[in-house]
Amino acid sequence: MKASAGGYARAVDVPHALELMAGSAGAGRYLAGGQSLVAALNMRLSEGDMLIDISRIADLSGIREDGDHLRIGALTRHADIGRDALIRTHAPLLSDAVRHIAHAAIRNRGTIGGALAHADPAAEFPACALALGATLHAQGGTGTRDIAAEEFFEDVFTTTLAEGEILTGLSVPKAEAGEVQVIEEVARRSGDYALTGLCLVRRAAGHRLSIFSAGPVPMLARGAMAALDAGDLDAAVEALRAEIDPPSDTQASGSYRRHLAGVLLRRAVKRIEGDRA
Amino acid sequence: MTQTFRDRVDVSLTVNGEPVEARVPVGQHLIDFLRTDLGLTGAHASCEHGVCGACTLRVDGQAVRGCLMLAAQADGAEIWTVEGLTDTGTIRDLQDAFVARNALQCGFCTPGMLVAAEELLEAGTLPSRAEIREHLSGNYCRCTGYEAIVDVVESVARARAGKAQA
Repeated sequence: MKASAGGYARAVDVPHALELMAGSAGAGRYLAGGQSLVAALNMRLSEGDMLIDISRIADLSGIREDGDHLRIGALTRHADIGRDALIRTHAPLLSDAVRHIAHAAIRNRGTIGGALAHADPAAEFPACALALGATLHAQGGTGTRDIAAEEFFEDVFTTTLAEGEILTGLSVPKAEAGEVQVIEEVARRSGDYALTGLCLVRRAAGHRLSIFSAGPVPMLARGAMAALDAGDLDAAVEALRAEIDPPSDTQASGSYRRHLAGVLLRRAVKRIEGDRA
Repeated sequence: MTQTFRDRVDVSLTVNGEPVEARVPVGQHLIDFLRTDLGLTGAHASCEHGVCGACTLRVDGQAVRGCLMLAAQADGAEIWTVEGLTDTGTIRDLQDAFVARNALQCGFCTPGMLVAAEELLEAGTLPSRAEIREHLSGNYCRCTGYEAIVDVVESVARARAGKAQA
């Protein structure tokens, strides 16, 4: 269908965007790449929104080194993340994830900040942020704050961002020497949302495993992480299957998703072991 | 700040090399602006939620869904549609190959296919058949079964690489 929107304004900087939001009587919506929001407007899932186009705010875009972290602007597009050399070197999980996200034309417009703030339970970047232990940066009327990825995802399409707050970017720790990061997922067709997927990171301090499209929010599978640290893959698969409660829908049953989670964990471990050899 | 919410937005952009100025309703898709206001009906509006790829356009050098971008967002953008890419001869070899290989039947998906395929070909590499399929995975064709389309992109990539070497 055709999109329905109540109004549109182009923000020149973050304070302007916050001001527009404050004056929107609760109807304001930040518009970044628009690859989920415009689709939602088209399907009339949301009507009468006052769109605040933040996509021209130059300092919210780009990737730079910040000590032992990479700082990624919220407006950095998926395609740019996919081909960025800093990301490839220091956070290869994100490069690897990009090829799973939708299609080329969507990746040319969609932004990482939009994907995180939208918080689709089947999206890749939220699970990557969790597995990497990213810190998300937000700015609101009362100033800026940092939010750990583990504290960010609250429910389906719901985050701990306050009303009107803008996600300005995220920081991910640079991979240490010998660190391995992989993403595995199963989708019915290339570009579809994953039926289930997971991100596995192996660091000196231990494993980090996040799973997505297996519940209302991406989650760290702490039981499986502990078993992986102990070197027991069978126990990790068992723990992972026990700590998720995936939903059934038209795409897959909950029990099939639970089964897939274990299969994907074995594939991911095989890949990181292969990288060690 | 002077700018506030409006229900119509002034935009100034370039379409197929020509400057365009217009006042557009905020909910209007870029694809509908091009089709209904400018009469550029080459790219098609179909699923209108970013799934089928029939509305694929070139915006600032990249293939983009015309139904997932509002015309209001196109201020300052450089847009090319299949009409413009045809007039400049940019995709002549691709179009000829589509005809020669019978890579279209009804033709509804073809303008989007051409823009998406051209983006891949402009990378200047020799993509594998799997890479071609992956790049075109966001463009649905309900007639051909894709095999002929993949053949075309593969053959044009080879032909262009040969020409570049010659």
